[in-house]
Amino acid sequence: MAHPADTSDATFDADVIQNDTPVLVDFWAPWCGPCRMVAPIVEELSTEYDGRVKFVKLNTDENPGIASKYGIRSIPTLLVFKGGEVAGQIVGFRPKSDLQKRIEAVL
Amino acid sequence: MADEIDIAIIGAGPAGLAAGVYAARGDRKTAIFERNILGGQIATTGDVENYPGFPEGVNGLDLALAMQAQAERFGAEIRYEHVTGITPGAEGSPFVLNTEDGQELSAKAVIVTAGADYNKLGVPGELELVGKGVSYCATCDAAFFRNVPVIIVGGGDAAVDEAIFTTRYASKVYLVHRREELRATRLLQDCLFANEKIEVIWNTVIETINGDDAVTSATLKNIVTGETRDLPVEAVFIFVGQTPNTSVLRGLVPLDPGGHAIVNLWMETPVSGLFVAGDIRAEAARQLVSAAGDGATAAIRAEHYIADHYGAPGS
Repeated sequence: MAHPADTSDATFDADVIQNDTPVLVDFWAPWCGPCRMVAPIVEELSTEYDGRVKFVKLNTDENPGIASKYGIRSIPTLLVFKGGEVAGQIVGFRPKSDLQKRIEAVL
Repeated sequence: MADEIDIAIIGAGPAGLAAGVYAARGDRKTAIFERNILGGQIATTGDVENYPGFPEGVNGLDLALAMQAQAERFGAEIRYEHVTGITPGAEGSPFVLNTEDGQELSAKAVIVTAGADYNKLGVPGELELVGKGVSYCATCDAAFFRNVPVIIVGGGDAAVDEAIFTTRYASKVYLVHRREELRATRLLQDCLFANEKIEVIWNTVIETINGDDAVTSATLKNIVTGETRDLPVEAVFIFVGQTPNTSVLRGLVPLDPGGHAIVNLWMETPVSGLFVAGDIRAEAARQLVSAAGDGATAAIRAEHYIADHYGAPGS
């Protein structure tokens, strides 16, 4: 199963903004229970969308710059980037089918 | 039909995971369906201090993950799929389950452990500002509100517990409650009233949550005096009760006025082979330990039901 790679304040531009394919960013923190519970769902999606959508995760504790830039005040939050812009946003834990719909809407 | 399950469990909270342990350990093909995230309400709870066997308390999430590992060890499968329909078969034939993405599965017995979801307030600004200061999970989001004032809405255990937790970060925590006394247990109330960062605002409801890109204030109304005022805060955490997730059971089994499914002490419904367990059932204690106990009871009875109607495992 594909495993979303870590991104950071330092590498966000290269990993996400400059990426040609859509990128889903999973904002999480170690102390956030639902974030850990969302991880297996995101991993399943990353396998299903392999090659069409890139999946990365960002630890908001270690990377407050990007979290603050995108106004993250609730986690888990998933942002879908397309062409360097935010094209979709999912706040809180949502059913897998909802996540699929948001991703499909961007593709 | 490609997907034939012996015991289908709907909802992977404590009741469902405990049912999964028992069902799978009884050597029945067991699937636990979860439409959202594993663990149910304990996934958003911090420390659990009243689950037997953990004298120092246990993290809710760690407990949920341990229950998952235990169920999976005996062969239960967790499936992130939303079951939207349960149709009983003719006497002696399996149930048909439909999922949101159009699958049709069969199950010899069904245990519904879908739990309850937190209620919304239903005021202007609430849905618009979710993720921008409005939250239903203080353990997830309190850390984003360091050194700023916040509101917690509610008067039960969840609200009081989260108010105490949130004082780790916030400069000031206002507990806004529509009555003049709390429903929370005495021990929690003692902790609350001893905490200097918390101010309880009695007899008061939220009228609107205000802000464009982020919460800036909430408009409060005192329901005794009728007086309204704006309270500047950056977050509003909402804990105003729960509604059982019984939509999949509607028309199938009797519900009480609160929408909880009525079962007997074996967690049996009037539909043979269909069981309901945990917070979703009527007259439940709505505790982690009782939900897990319900799940075990239902799974044991489901195993008896299958043995009576279909024979021993593998037959």
